[in-house]
Amino acid sequence: MTSSIWFGALEQGLLYGIMVLGVYITFRVLDFPDLTVDGSFTLGGAIAARIIMEGLDPWLGTALALVFGLGAGLVTGILHTRLRIAPLLAGILMMIGLYSINLRVMGGKAMLPLLRLDTIYTDVARVVASDWAVLGLGVLVAAAAAYLLYVFLQTEMGLALRATGDNEQMSRSMGVNTDSSKVMGLALGNGLVALSGAMVAQYQAYSDVGMGIGMIVVGLASVIMGEVVFGNRTLARTLVAVLAGSIIYREVIAGVMRMGLPTSDLKLFTALLVIAAMASPMITQKLKPGKTVERVT
Amino acid sequence: MLQVKGISKTFNPGGVNERQALDGVDLRLQMGEVVTVIGGNGAGKSTLLNAIAGVYKVDTGSINIDAEEVNQLPEYKRASYIGRVFQDPMMGTAASMTIEENLSIATKRGLRRILKRGVKRKDREFFCDRLRLLGLGLEDRLTTRVGLLSGGQRQALTLLMATLNTPKLLLLDEHTASLDPHTAEKVVELTDMIIRKYQLTTLMVTHNMEDALCIGTRTIMMNDGRIILDLNDAQRKNTSIPDLMEMFKKASGFAMADDKMLLAN
Repeated sequence: MTSSIWFGALEQGLLYGIMVLGVYITFRVLDFPDLTVDGSFTLGGAIAARIIMEGLDPWLGTALALVFGLGAGLVTGILHTRLRIAPLLAGILMMIGLYSINLRVMGGKAMLPLLRLDTIYTDVARVVASDWAVLGLGVLVAAAAAYLLYVFLQTEMGLALRATGDNEQMSRSMGVNTDSSKVMGLALGNGLVALSGAMVAQYQAYSDVGMGIGMIVVGLASVIMGEVVFGNRTLARTLVAVLAGSIIYREVIAGVMRMGLPTSDLKLFTALLVIAAMASPMITQKLKPGKTVERVT
Repeated sequence: MLQVKGISKTFNPGGVNERQALDGVDLRLQMGEVVTVIGGNGAGKSTLLNAIAGVYKVDTGSINIDAEEVNQLPEYKRASYIGRVFQDPMMGTAASMTIEENLSIATKRGLRRILKRGVKRKDREFFCDRLRLLGLGLEDRLTTRVGLLSGGQRQALTLLMATLNTPKLLLLDEHTASLDPHTAEKVVELTDMIIRKYQLTTLMVTHNMEDALCIGTRTIMMNDGRIILDLNDAQRKNTSIPDLMEMFKKASGFAMADDKMLLAN
């Protein structure tokens, strides 16, 4: 069972799920379409891989990935709030800039293989059965991230963050520094994305300068699928749905690949999936006249 | 309390859409004074409120709240002195958040927000007490998302949120204009009750002449970015709604006559 593609998809679903939580914060909570994600995911993978290549502690590499991911989000936030660059453009600029930075982190190579090197998983595999190392660590980190988010989003600062994404005018009239909220949310989101990148790179045993391409769309697809299946009536439910969405997405991908879809078509498939999810409320509306549906963003 | 001195504001200066929204407005409010603001479309009523609230900086003039000059303070910092209710019932609350979460945000207006739980048990009692004042049964729906409430309920909630931490100044910008007449009446009653209960210094823009004369102790009329009429309580008592309409016609008519004279020259 542990070697089946479904099991692999479950592992990936959890590891990428941490990235999806990050996308949930920026895209859903903050209502900020943040393309930095494509760059910060790779950044996380690159940092972890480089640290491991240098013979340093993989846990250090993973922690540094988180920290630099936070930094990347911070810069996006500053581009947007201080320099008044539009959200999409701020993200694109970061994505492009990070591409070069990621190459530098990886010592100019487009790929850093980690075969036979110690990773966080080989460390864990010394304690538990090696087949379960990835799943165990994935569950642990994803659940911890989701729980911490759940707690944070109900603190005074967390409420201010959510209010900023919901209604900026109201937030400012209630004394919320909406610029700070946005910077904080973007940092937090990209921190999680980079952490996920670090964990994915160690899982697949290489980091690749292109590993983050389309990550924002994957994140979005997962958030939407999770919300459709599990709903978003409460915060706790939404966070579980977001993680579950990531797993569903990976299982669906595993399914279509098994049916013979070549890997190179996956991105097109993902894009079509998001389009279908976004169009579905419109189509339902057309079928049931008189019902108004809010636009999915 | 509030001291507005010679403020002017021009939108899109130099552009084709250039429009002077405020033209040297002076206004002083005493502590506890409740002033209604009336005037036609584009008279500058909302601009005046937004300028005081800090939505945009004024071109000239100064705004003081108590002794402090607030001209340079950004909107979110002025919020520590000012409670606001907007015309659009959707504007004053966060739809995706629950009633108690919205109220929790309101309790922190002007205070530092930290990593402490937002809605605590003792907060809930306080929220229920305050919500009971509205008489809408919202105290039983603390965990309902605000997006599920009606416009009138949301506006009443916004009013409560704006006054939850007693503000030095309450700004109401046609806050009943987009409600149906019955709901509007109810919200006006609530407004009057809350203003009296907490003795709030208030500036209330309204399009309802009856409300304008009934609420508070003073009425000002604006036209073309200027205050053209300022009625104290005694003067208001001798003023009927038709009188007020007549005054408005006359006052804005004079302005037109002035224009004609200018053109004739």
